[in-house]
Amino acid sequence: MVTKIEKDEISGTPTTGHEWDGIRELNTPLPRWWLYTFYGTVIWGLAYTIAYPAWPLLNSATPGILGWSSRGALEEQVTAARAAQQANLDKIAAMSVDDILKDPQLLAFAQAGGAAAFKVNCVQCHGSGAAGGVGYPNLNDDDWLWGGTPDALYTTLRNGIRYTANADTRDSQMPSFGADAILTPEQIDDVANYAFSLSGGKADAAKVEAGKSVFAENCASCHGEDGKGGRDFGAPNLTDGIWLYGGSLDQVKAQIVKPRMGVMPAWSHRLDDATIKELAVYVHSLGGGEAAGATTQ
Amino acid sequence: MKHETIEKNATLLLILSFLLVTVGGLVQIVPLFYLQNTIEKVEGMRPYAPLELAGRNVYIREGCYVCHSQMIRPFRDEVERYGHYSLAAESEFDHPFQWGSKRTGPDLARVGGKYSDEWHREHLSNPRNVVPESIMPGYAFLSAKEIDPKGYGRNLAALNLTINNGNGAMYRPEDLDNAEADLVAQATGEQTEGLLQRYPKAVARNFDGDPRITEMDALIAYLQVLGTMVDFSTFKADMSR
Repeated sequence: MVTKIEKDEISGTPTTGHEWDGIRELNTPLPRWWLYTFYGTVIWGLAYTIAYPAWPLLNSATPGILGWSSRGALEEQVTAARAAQQANLDKIAAMSVDDILKDPQLLAFAQAGGAAAFKVNCVQCHGSGAAGGVGYPNLNDDDWLWGGTPDALYTTLRNGIRYTANADTRDSQMPSFGADAILTPEQIDDVANYAFSLSGGKADAAKVEAGKSVFAENCASCHGEDGKGGRDFGAPNLTDGIWLYGGSLDQVKAQIVKPRMGVMPAWSHRLDDATIKELAVYVHSLGGGEAAGATTQ
Repeated sequence: MKHETIEKNATLLLILSFLLVTVGGLVQIVPLFYLQNTIEKVEGMRPYAPLELAGRNVYIREGCYVCHSQMIRPFRDEVERYGHYSLAAESEFDHPFQWGSKRTGPDLARVGGKYSDEWHREHLSNPRNVVPESIMPGYAFLSAKEIDPKGYGRNLAALNLTINNGNGAMYRPEDLDNAEADLVAQATGEQTEGLLQRYPKAVARNFDGDPRITEMDALIAYLQVLGTMVDFSTFKADMSR
């Protein structure tokens, strides 16, 4: 191909010098601003590799003159966040849950922190709305197995429930009345009907009558003579129509034959004290929290 | 050499392009093999015990990695939620690794010990039972699928092929010989001396509450060991990374 660069008469721009069937092409230079931006990015790229870790050498890569590292950056962020919260966290660690509830500023802080910790650690069982599920208590209502006062919640969170790795864990065991043949199938049928009737469930009147004495002899020591439960043993209130393991007569019966008993981890093994207190505050403020010193069943 | 010469000579252009890509590739890839500071040794890592490995195989077969990652990045939001960021060495025995590239579900790199076996059982059977808003499919059928421990050593031997062109020793001969016994021991929690000697701190118990050894046992055993091998109370991070 013949290369003959000449000046285009109309625009004054040189051609590329190529000609195809009489058609020529202008060789318009790149705009200056574009060209300098391009050179700028090249310089920026080189400077970046000097400022940050980049070039591989014999034993390691160049560390970069800014000394940046992903771990260092993380450490800085976490330290800064902790420092910003430290004053409040220190106060929370030093105060009782009950006192935190009385301090509006700390209460707001603890509720926010507790909500975040709840989402990470608690929602898997208690649900993101804390409404629980079969086998996992609802934390929004005012029905508490082990107590809903600030201190009771704090103790439960710290030590867990039936969590064998913690020596102070809340512990109790309901006998397997059926599986261990403590009661006869008829007696279980009777007492299940009685327990079911306490919550207003539709039960066989004759069986309810017969179950009354079975209940008094076998169940009342933990669940109370009136069936309203006992928090010393985490024995559920049987009169409120709230059933942890299902509210049908068959499910109540199954629970007497071979009871299932929930386990909650002791969070003192995983979380620091301030976070546990924040969680106690959060759960307390979900709606069912009881005032300190409340001893109602 | 004039640029025009290169542009007008297809063979020369091809050779020079190939050289450019080769040099670029070597500069990026080769240093990772010899730079000592890209390899961080940590205490506590051990190959997966046979039952855990069986669970890992279920995890891969069911495509759990499509929705769950296993890598906690060194960002504050991730570290606060999931725990200590993942170390490269924690994937030492993962062939292939399960880092994942997408989180429809949460990261599972440190899910071990976070929930009870019963929770996992319930959740794998029907996730909605414990997480009402979950969109994860149910895997109840895992409880019905029994695992035959017979000849399980061959699974371990196969993994040995993945290291050092097949000359690696992820599992030692004694591990291969005892694979069946170790698998049974971990799923039953009985006669675990050998298991614990070969796989320190392995958790052995009946994971699914069923006397048979099922894929549910295996998957829960795998989930319960994830992220628990390195003791971060004694781990000292090299801050230059």
